[in-house]
Amino acid sequence: MKPENKDQIYQQFEAIRRQAEERRDAARRDPSPTILIGTATCGIASGALDTKLAFEQAILEQGLDARVRTVGCIGHCYAEPVVIIDYPQSGFPPIFYHEVTAGKARMLVKHFLEGGDPLFEHVYGAMVENDMIPSVMEFSRFNQEKRVVMEKCGHIDPEDIYDYIAHGGYAALAKALTLDPETIIDEIKTCGLRGRGGAGFPTGRKWELAADSPEGDKIIVCNADEGDPGAYMDRTILESNPHQVLEGMAICALAVGAHKAIVYVRSEYPLAVKIVSGAIAQAKTLGLLGSGILNSAFNLEIEVFQGSGAFVCGEETGLIQSIEGFRGMPRSRPPYPAQEGLYGQPTVINNVKTLASVPPIIANGAAWYRTIGTENSPGTAVFSVVGDVVHAGLVEIPMGVTLRTLIFDICGGIANQKKFKAVQIGGPSGGCLPETFLDTPIDFDSLTTAGAMMGSGGMVVMDEDSCMVDVARYFLDFTQKESCGKCTFCRIGTRHLLDILQRITTGEGRTGDLEQLEQLSEDIKDGSLCGLGKTAPNPVLTSLKYFRDEYEAHINEKRCPGMMCRPLMTYYIDLDKCARGCDACVGCCPTEAVFTTSTRKKGIDQDLCVKCGECMVACPPQYDAVRKVSPPGLAPVIERPVKNPDASKKASDNS
Amino acid sequence: MMVTIEVNGRQLTVKQNLSVLQACLENDIYIPNLCFMEDMPHPPASCRLCFVEVAGMQRPVTSCTVKVAPAMVVKTDTPAVRRLQRSGLRFLLSVHHVDCQNCPANKNCELQRLARFLKIGLKPKHLENHLQDIAIVENHAYLTYYPNRCVLCAKCIHACRMSHGHSLISFVGRGFNTSLSFAGICDFEQTACNTCRSCADICPVGALVLKTACER
Repeated sequence: MKPENKDQIYQQFEAIRRQAEERRDAARRDPSPTILIGTATCGIASGALDTKLAFEQAILEQGLDARVRTVGCIGHCYAEPVVIIDYPQSGFPPIFYHEVTAGKARMLVKHFLEGGDPLFEHVYGAMVENDMIPSVMEFSRFNQEKRVVMEKCGHIDPEDIYDYIAHGGYAALAKALTLDPETIIDEIKTCGLRGRGGAGFPTGRKWELAADSPEGDKIIVCNADEGDPGAYMDRTILESNPHQVLEGMAICALAVGAHKAIVYVRSEYPLAVKIVSGAIAQAKTLGLLGSGILNSAFNLEIEVFQGSGAFVCGEETGLIQSIEGFRGMPRSRPPYPAQEGLYGQPTVINNVKTLASVPPIIANGAAWYRTIGTENSPGTAVFSVVGDVVHAGLVEIPMGVTLRTLIFDICGGIANQKKFKAVQIGGPSGGCLPETFLDTPIDFDSLTTAGAMMGSGGMVVMDEDSCMVDVARYFLDFTQKESCGKCTFCRIGTRHLLDILQRITTGEGRTGDLEQLEQLSEDIKDGSLCGLGKTAPNPVLTSLKYFRDEYEAHINEKRCPGMMCRPLMTYYIDLDKCARGCDACVGCCPTEAVFTTSTRKKGIDQDLCVKCGECMVACPPQYDAVRKVSPPGLAPVIERPVKNPDASKKASDNS
Repeated sequence: MMVTIEVNGRQLTVKQNLSVLQACLENDIYIPNLCFMEDMPHPPASCRLCFVEVAGMQRPVTSCTVKVAPAMVVKTDTPAVRRLQRSGLRFLLSVHHVDCQNCPANKNCELQRLARFLKIGLKPKHLENHLQDIAIVENHAYLTYYPNRCVLCAKCIHACRMSHGHSLISFVGRGFNTSLSFAGICDFEQTACNTCRSCADICPVGALVLKTACER
C-alpha cells in the first residue's frame, strides 16, 4: 500500500476520533450527574426499564439536571437491574448500585442527586479506587476476571458509535487498513486464537484457507445463532458492544478479501437485531463500513440475517442452508465452507466472541494476546454461568483458570449453603463433570479430555438437589426436538436414548438399560452426519461415567438420589417438627392434599398430592417440617382423620 | 483420467471423479445405501448406511461422500462397518410400521433387501417400535403418504425437483417428528401430479403411493 494512502487513512480516522473525543470531553465538562442503566435483555427482564422511567420521572419532579443513559450489560446478572451513578460534584467516585428497583431509583434521586448522600447501605462498590467507598475491584467477581471481549460492555452506549470510538474503537480497523492481508492473517495465526463457537478450530487457519481459495465473491458470516440452554453470551455482546463485532468482521473481510458480510442472529433476539442494524447504519454514515472505508479502496457491506430459531442452524453448513433459503439441514464436509460455502463462495463463519477478540489482538499485537491464557488456548473465555451459583452471570476469564476458581471464587459458590454436585459445560453437546474434576483448568484440550467440551460458553452449575439422570434426559429432550431429522442416527437414535432415559426417570428402568444406553450412544457418535448428532450423546455418556451409581439407584432401588424425579419421590410432614395451628402448607397446596390430623398437625394425602413442592417452600424455616424422601415407600403413613365419626362407626359395624 | 483403487483386495480401475460408492456399485460390489442418487451434485449422506473403511482414516466413512483417489484401499465388510450399518438399519426398522403383507412395496422393498443383506430381522430386538401419531396423510389429490413407512431418504424430493424444476415435496417437523409434506400446493390441477409419478416410482419403501381412481 502506498504511504500517502496510509496517511490519508490515518487522517480520516483521526478526524472521526477527534469528533468522538470532543463529544466525550464535552459530556465530562458537564457537571450534572450521569446515570448509567444496564438495559440489555437481561436487565430489561429484571425491570431496568421501570427503573429508567422512575429515574427520569423523579429527576423531572425534583427539577434536577441529570442525564440518564442506557448502556449494555456489565455481566453481573445476579445484581440486575444495575445502575452506575457518576456524580463528580458530590465528591464521590462513580458508584455501582445493584438491584435498583423503581423505588430505590426514586430514593437515590432524592438522597444522592439532591441531598448528596450516596446511601451507603445500598452501595455495591465504587467503580474506581478511592478513600471513601470500597472499590468493586476488591471483589473476586471483578478482580479475577480478565476482560478482552467484554471490556467495554456495560460501560458504553451500544447505540452510540462515538462512545465506542472514544473508548478506542475502530483504531484496530484503521491500523489493519494500513497492513497487508497476509500480515493480518499472520498476526491472527501467531496469536493462536481458536474459534469460540465450541470446536476450537484455529481462526488464522480458517482465514488462510478462505484467503487462499481462488477468487470469488467471498463472504464473512458472524454466527450469532446461539441456542444452548443457559447460554446468552453472544446476545449480550451484540446488545452491549455491537461495534467491536462489526470491527472484527471488517478486519476479517480485509484479511480474506471479502466485500460482503452477514450477521446471522436469531429472530428471538429482537433487541440484538435492532442494535446491530442501528450500529451498521451508524458505521456506514461515518465511512467505517460501506464503500471506500476510511478513504481506502476497501469496501464492505454488512447485512443482518434473522434466523428462525433452530439450534442446528448454529452448525455452519446448516447456517448456510438457512441463509440460502432452505431448511436448515447440515451437509457433509468437506468441502469446508471456507472453500465452498454460501452460494458456493468461500465463506468464513466465525462466532461472535471470535470476531470480537480480533480488534484487541490487532490493536495490541499477537504477543500481548499470548500473555493471556495458556499455551494451546490463548486468550479469554466468556461463560454464562447459571444454575445454583450465588453470582450468576457473564464471566470472562483467562483460559487456564480452574473450574473451582470460576465457580467458588468468582461466582461465589453454591447458593443456599448446599453442596456442589456437578457442572454441565458446553450445553447439549457437552458433558457433566463431578466434583473430582473441579481442579481441571478451563481450556479447549483439558475440557475435552475430561469428557466435556468448551462449547460456546454455557455453564450450568448444579447443587446436591439435582438428579443427573434427569439432567441427561433434559438435554436429550432438547437435542431430539432440535434435531433436523436428516440423518438416521441422530433422528432415531436420540429418540431411543430419550425413551430409555424417560423410562429410568419414571421408575421403569430395566437391567440392561445402561449397557444399551452406552451402545446406542457409541453408535450415534460414530454414525451421525453433523456435529450436533455426533455430540448429542455426550451428556448421557459423561453422566453415566461419573454418576453411574445414580442411574443404578433409579433402576435397581427405584430411588432418585437427587429427589427430583417425581414418580420416585414423595413429600411428607415430620410430625415432630410440625407446629400446631400453622396453616402455611394448607393454604398453598393447589390440590388440597394437605389435611389436619387429630393432633392439629398436618399430613399429606399421597393420592391427591401432585408433588409440586409448594408446601416445602411455604413451611416456615423455624419449623422446616416438610421432608422429601425417595423411594416413596419410605414416607411414614399419616391417616387422614375421618370427618364424620358416625360414618366411620357405621363402616366398622358393617365390617 | 482413470484411477486404480483396491476394494476388498480387488483392483478396480475407475473414473477419477467418482465417489467410492459409485465406483463399487459400478463394479458389482454392493454397499448398502438408501439415499444415494447418481444425478445429485452433492450426496445428502443422510441414510448413514454406506459406510466403508478407508485405509488411513480412523473411523468408517460414508462412501458416497468420499471421492476415489489413486492407491486408495477400501474395505466394505469389516466388523466396524457392519456394526454401524446394522445399527443404522435397526434404527430405521424401529420406526417403521412393519406390515409387509399389506404394503405395496412388499418383495420390492429396499428395507427388506437391506435386512436380508445385513442378516437382521425386520423387527429388531432390544429396540422399541416408535411410530408417529399420524399414520396416513391424505391431503394430496393423487398421492397417499405413509409417514411410518417413510425412511426420509429425500429421493422423492430430488425426483420432484428434477421433473418440475422445483420440489413440491418438502420436509416438515423436527427431530423424530420429521416427515414429508406437500405444503404450499394450492391447486392440484395446476401441478403435474396428475400425470407425473416420479416420486412414487422412486420411493424405495412404498411410503408414497398413487391413489386409485376411486380413492380420489
